[in-house]
Amino acid sequence: MTHPPQLTTTTQGLLASGAWTAAYLAVLERITGDAGARESSGRIDVAGIVALDTFGAWLLERLRRRIGPDAEFVGVPPHFQGLFDALSKVNQPAAKAGAGNPVLRLLERIGRATESAGVDLLALVAMLGALGEALLRVLLNPRRLRLTSSVHQLDRVAWQATPIILLITFLIGCIIAQQGIFHFRKFGADDYVVDLVGILILREIGVLLVAIMVAGRSGSSYTAEIGSMKMREEIDALQTMGLNPVEVLLLPRVVALVIALPLLTFVGSMAALYGGGVVAWLYGGMSPEIFIARLKEAISLDHFKVGIIKAPFMALMIGAVACVEGLKVKGSAESLGLQTTSSVVKSIFIVIVLDGLFAIFFASIGM
Amino acid sequence: MSDDAAIVISVRDLVVGFGRRVILDRLSLDVLRGEVIGVVGASGSGKSVLLRTILGLIEKRQGSIAILGIDRDAADNDELREIGRRCGVLFQYGALFSSLTVVENVEFPMREHLGLPPGLRHDVAMAKIEMVGLKPDDALKYPAELSGGMTKRAALARALALDPEIVFLDEPTSGLDPISAEAFDTLIRTLRRTLGLTVYMNTHDLDTLATVCDRIAALADGRVAALGTMSDMQSCDHPWVREYFGGTRAHLAARGSEATAAT
Repeated sequence: MTHPPQLTTTTQGLLASGAWTAAYLAVLERITGDAGARESSGRIDVAGIVALDTFGAWLLERLRRRIGPDAEFVGVPPHFQGLFDALSKVNQPAAKAGAGNPVLRLLERIGRATESAGVDLLALVAMLGALGEALLRVLLNPRRLRLTSSVHQLDRVAWQATPIILLITFLIGCIIAQQGIFHFRKFGADDYVVDLVGILILREIGVLLVAIMVAGRSGSSYTAEIGSMKMREEIDALQTMGLNPVEVLLLPRVVALVIALPLLTFVGSMAALYGGGVVAWLYGGMSPEIFIARLKEAISLDHFKVGIIKAPFMALMIGAVACVEGLKVKGSAESLGLQTTSSVVKSIFIVIVLDGLFAIFFASIGM
Repeated sequence: MSDDAAIVISVRDLVVGFGRRVILDRLSLDVLRGEVIGVVGASGSGKSVLLRTILGLIEKRQGSIAILGIDRDAADNDELREIGRRCGVLFQYGALFSSLTVVENVEFPMREHLGLPPGLRHDVAMAKIEMVGLKPDDALKYPAELSGGMTKRAALARALALDPEIVFLDEPTSGLDPISAEAFDTLIRTLRRTLGLTVYMNTHDLDTLATVCDRIAALADGRVAALGTMSDMQSCDHPWVREYFGGTRAHLAARGSEATAAT
C-alpha cells in the first residue's frame, strides 16, 4: 500500500497527491525543486495527499513561498490543517540574516579575537588586583587566613608534585650533560660541560621546566576544580553567605603555589645538577670531585638568584590565570574542558614571556 | 476511529528486577494509537524502570515488549533502528548534547537517520524549534544558556525531529513553574493534534494528568493497579490510588480541567 508522491501541473494550478513523508524525500526534493518556476496561478491543490509529515509539509510550504506571497493551498484535508497552519508561521526570512562577505567575516573574527585578548588581559589584571586586595585584608587580620586550606593545597602542589619534578629534572640534567660532552669533545672542551650544565640549569632550565610542569599539573587542576564549583553554583552559594570567594577559594591556592614553586625549583635544579654530575662521571669520565670543584668555579650565587627570583612571579601568574579561567566556566561539561586547556596554554605562554622579560631585566642590571 | 485504535505498545507479563528486588512483577499494559497515556506511581514504584525497559535501556527478566508491532527480543539491528526512528524520547533533564547548539541538537537525529540535504534539514529543524514555542534566536544557543522551560522545549523539538509516531515523556513538567507547566501541557495537546502523536508520559503532575491524558495507568506493587480516565481513578478502591487521586489537589485539578473543557 504505497502511494509515491506526485506533483502535476494543471490549468487550475499544481496538484499534489500521494504520501508526502520522509520516506520519499529524494522524490519530493526533485519534484518540488523545479515546479515553482512553471506555476503562475498560485493555487496548490493538496486534497489528494494521503500521508503527510513535517518534512513533506515543509517542502509544500517552501514551494508555496517560492511561487509568491499570494499563493495558497486549496482542499487541505482537515486532519492536516494544523500542520499546514503551524508551518506557515515558521522560518520567516528574518531568521536568514547572518551570512555576508567572507572578507568582512574574517575581519570580524580578527576584531573579536583582538577584543577577547584584551578582555583576557583585563581579567588577569583584575584577578591580580582581587588577589592583592584579599591578601592585604588577610595581612591586616591574619586570623582570616585559611591556614588549613593553604596547607592542604601546599601538600598537593608541592609535596605530591616532588617525585615527578625530581624525576623529570634529573633526566633533563642527564640529557644536557650528555649532549654537552658529546659535542664539546670535538673541540677538546669536555670540561666546559660543567659550566653549561650549571649556568643553564640554575638560570633558565630549572625554573622554566618546573613552572611549565606546575602549570600543566596544578594550574589545570585549579581551573578544573574552580570551574566545577562554578558549574554547581558553589561559588554563588559562598557569595550569598557573605563570603568572598577570592579570599576563601582562590587566595589559599595562589599562596600555596607561590610558596611551592621556588621550593620545587630548588629541588628540581639540584636534581638536574645531580643528573649532570652522574652523566659526566659515567659517560664523560669526570670524577665527582672534579665536577664539584669545577662547578664551584663556574657558577656564582648570582646565577642561582636569577633563577629562583623568577619562581614566585611565575607561580603568581600561573595561579591567577588558572583562577580567571576557572571562573569563566559556564554550565556545560565542554566549557570546563575548554577552559582547562586554555588555562594551561595561556599560563605556559605567560611563563615564557615573563622569562624573556626577566632575561632582559637581569642583563641590563648586570646579573 | 476503531481502525486507529490499534495497539502501538504492548507490554506483556513484564518482570524486571535488580539483584533480589523485583521492581515490576508480571506487568501488562497496552498503549493505543493516538492516545495520551499518563503513568503515575509513588517514588520507587517502577515508573522510570518501566519506561526505560520499554526503551530498551534496562534488561528485563521475563515477558515481552512489542513497539509498533515489532517484538524487541526478536528484532534485528535494522528493526531496532526502525523503532528508534519512529519513537522520540524527552528525558527528564532534557539530555541535550551540551557541545551542540539547539538547532544542531534537533538536526542530529535527522543527520543520523535521513539522508537530507543540509539546507532542508536546517529548515525543518528551525520549523520544529518554532513549533515547540522557542524563538529563532534561541536556536543558536547552547543548552547551558537555556532556562528550565526552554531546555524542555528544546529537548521536545529534538524528540520530534523525525516525526515520530510515539513520544515518550519522562516527567515533562517537573521542575517547571505552574505557568510554564501549563504552557507545556497546552503545547503537548497542540502538537499531538497537529502531528497525530501517541504520547506515553510519566508524570506526578495532577494538572497534566487531568488536562492532557486520555487514560491514566497507576502503578503499585509492581503492576498496573488501575487503568482508566481521571474519574475512573477517583472511584478506584486501591488504597494507594485512592490516596493519590482522593486528595484535595486531585479534586481541584479535576475540577479545573472540567472548567477548561466547558469554556
